[in-house]
Amino acid sequence: MASKFTVSNRSGWLMAGPSIALIFGFILLPFFFAFGLSFTNQRLISPNPTEFTGFDNYRSLLGLGILTLEPIKDASGAIQMKDGAPEFPTVRSITRNNPDYPQYAGMREWFNFGTSGDSITYVLARDVVFMTAIVNTFLFVIIVAPLQGGLALGLALLINQKLRGINFFRTIYFMPVVVSIVVVAILWRIIYDGNNGLLNNILSALTFGAFQPVNWLGETSTAMGAVIAMSIWQAVGFHMVIWLSGLQTISPTLYEAAAIEGASKWQVFRYITWPGLKNTAVLVFIVITMQAFGLFSQINVMTKGGPLDSTQTIVFQAIERGYGKQDISGGSAISVILFVIVLSVSLIQRWLTRDKGAK
Amino acid sequence: MAAITLKGLKKSYGQAHVIKGVDITIEDGEFVVFVGPSGCGKSTLLRMIAGLEDISAGSLTIGDKVVNDLPPKDRGVAMVFQSYAIFPHMTVRENVAFGLTISGASKEEKDAKVAEAARILQMEHLLDRRPSQLSGGQRQRVAIGRAIVRKPAVFLFDEPLSNLDAALRMDMRMEIGKLHQQLGATMIYVTHDQVEAMTLADKIVVLKDGLVQQIGSPMDLYHRPDNVFVAGFLGSPSMNFLTVDVTEVSGTHATVRNAALDPTSIEIRHPGIVAGGKAKLGLRPQYLNPDDPAGRLHGRVALTERLGSETVIEATLTDGSNLIVALARDAHFPIGQDISLGFDPDMAHLFAA
Repeated sequence: MASKFTVSNRSGWLMAGPSIALIFGFILLPFFFAFGLSFTNQRLISPNPTEFTGFDNYRSLLGLGILTLEPIKDASGAIQMKDGAPEFPTVRSITRNNPDYPQYAGMREWFNFGTSGDSITYVLARDVVFMTAIVNTFLFVIIVAPLQGGLALGLALLINQKLRGINFFRTIYFMPVVVSIVVVAILWRIIYDGNNGLLNNILSALTFGAFQPVNWLGETSTAMGAVIAMSIWQAVGFHMVIWLSGLQTISPTLYEAAAIEGASKWQVFRYITWPGLKNTAVLVFIVITMQAFGLFSQINVMTKGGPLDSTQTIVFQAIERGYGKQDISGGSAISVILFVIVLSVSLIQRWLTRDKGAK
Repeated sequence: MAAITLKGLKKSYGQAHVIKGVDITIEDGEFVVFVGPSGCGKSTLLRMIAGLEDISAGSLTIGDKVVNDLPPKDRGVAMVFQSYAIFPHMTVRENVAFGLTISGASKEEKDAKVAEAARILQMEHLLDRRPSQLSGGQRQRVAIGRAIVRKPAVFLFDEPLSNLDAALRMDMRMEIGKLHQQLGATMIYVTHDQVEAMTLADKIVVLKDGLVQQIGSPMDLYHRPDNVFVAGFLGSPSMNFLTVDVTEVSGTHATVRNAALDPTSIEIRHPGIVAGGKAKLGLRPQYLNPDDPAGRLHGRVALTERLGSETVIEATLTDGSNLIVALARDAHFPIGQDISLGFDPDMAHLFAA
């Protein structure tokens, strides 16, 4: 006789079916699609047939070149001077219609160094905006991961106490997580407003009017910082809850034993709390890193990548290119690049946080 | 070294009074066991001494200092917990040295003291292991090692053996006894196991519902219990209690009887025994003798348990009550057989009903 499991097999599949179909349709299929499309010239809507283009998309995104220019010399071999400084050929003269340098054709200057007088080294990129996006995204991750993780741990330690009304604080800190990121971003756009924003008003009130209003999202020097601060605030409550759950798995008798042995608050944290939180820490930092690499909504609502590309990010570029410019194959290539970056980073994190004492 | 005095100690959680005024004097170097049923407040009392619970009223003196408001570390106590409370991420060596690390001792000092503790507890070979690689008994040794390494004046044990299996429990019990001999420190030990209490203690404190029932040496408590609770709590199997009629009181003795008991004269040691009233007669199962030709208690055998070295008989008396008899030998008593039990009246206890 067939076992009960086999008898109910069909209804089992029926029940699991919808979610399997949805996961397949909206996660697995697009995942493989992205890989496939990134090797073609497919556009979102186009009458032309799709062609296989190999690594062209990746080359146009990641193509880099290094160009060292010598000062222009006149017929006698002396350095030609202009406004008291040696004159160099322009980068454009190399990258535009110059048959001598076909490898630099179409590139733009990303940054340069070595202006000591005898030569300048230019780093050229085929897609400077995308390079900026990569740098911005990494900057965001590097700042957000430790700050958000650390702040969340601090809050978790604060609310992990038996105090009257502690649930009020737990709720307050967790509230931004419940609100949609888009709503939060719109609110913060108002807070950051350059003319009459809350932040400017508070700062000017605190300094008795001495503070000059800043257009936080409108200046290249402050826009990324503003997005970072708002992002940390928004998700800190979520990670606080994860830390809190980790804190509550530590046996209270360990704290009692430490109290009897005479450990100070800091020693208790160093010898008991932090080692007890090790697994939680790995989880929190990997989750924060992944979320930070996916930075998009805040940018889309608050800055749209500006001003002057100072808040461009990888995911924003992927959407912008894939849907804004209808270049779905380019967008796919960006997604694949992001996938490789995130995978590598989390593998490195796992390797760094592996249990070295385990046998 | 330190003597400990508890004076009128009380503990309340809001309206719930857990410790209701406890007075105990503990001499320097004494091994005192707090014993009582679950919920009697013995662990709470120990934690108050340790400083893990604050004291609602009364005064606690360790050495010559009132320590009511001192944090645990300033009381000079070490504690061994039921759950061991050893730090899972540290090696045995680091665990034992924890108190020294905290106080910033040098590496040489730590090594020397850890080695000494390990020698006393015979766990030198375990020092580099992690707690997850240890058995329950070994973990308990580590916890004790962490306690002795600082040479505290007072050791507190909170049911340290209740997570161990029976055989290991006996070994560790003996080890703790030896440790007390070796260190000569004051030790307070909480348990609900009367065997631990009887074998380890210089002085037993029996607690019930937050009140001290009796304080005394183990044999004192066993032979001269102050009340029915203490009499019934110590001894295994526990004491039998028969409701009897007091027919006559003459000087120091009272004559008692009931349907199953022939009139017997028992010494009065507790107040409340009046002629014509009821009383409770306490008889230890070990002191009942079925072979006595002058048997005074009559009934029939209801059940016999033969353990080889011991025979436990449950008898139903002619008044309908049940009674346990423990014989220190193997014997066969068929169920339903009539039985007459003799006892030495000096070994019987008479309590007010």
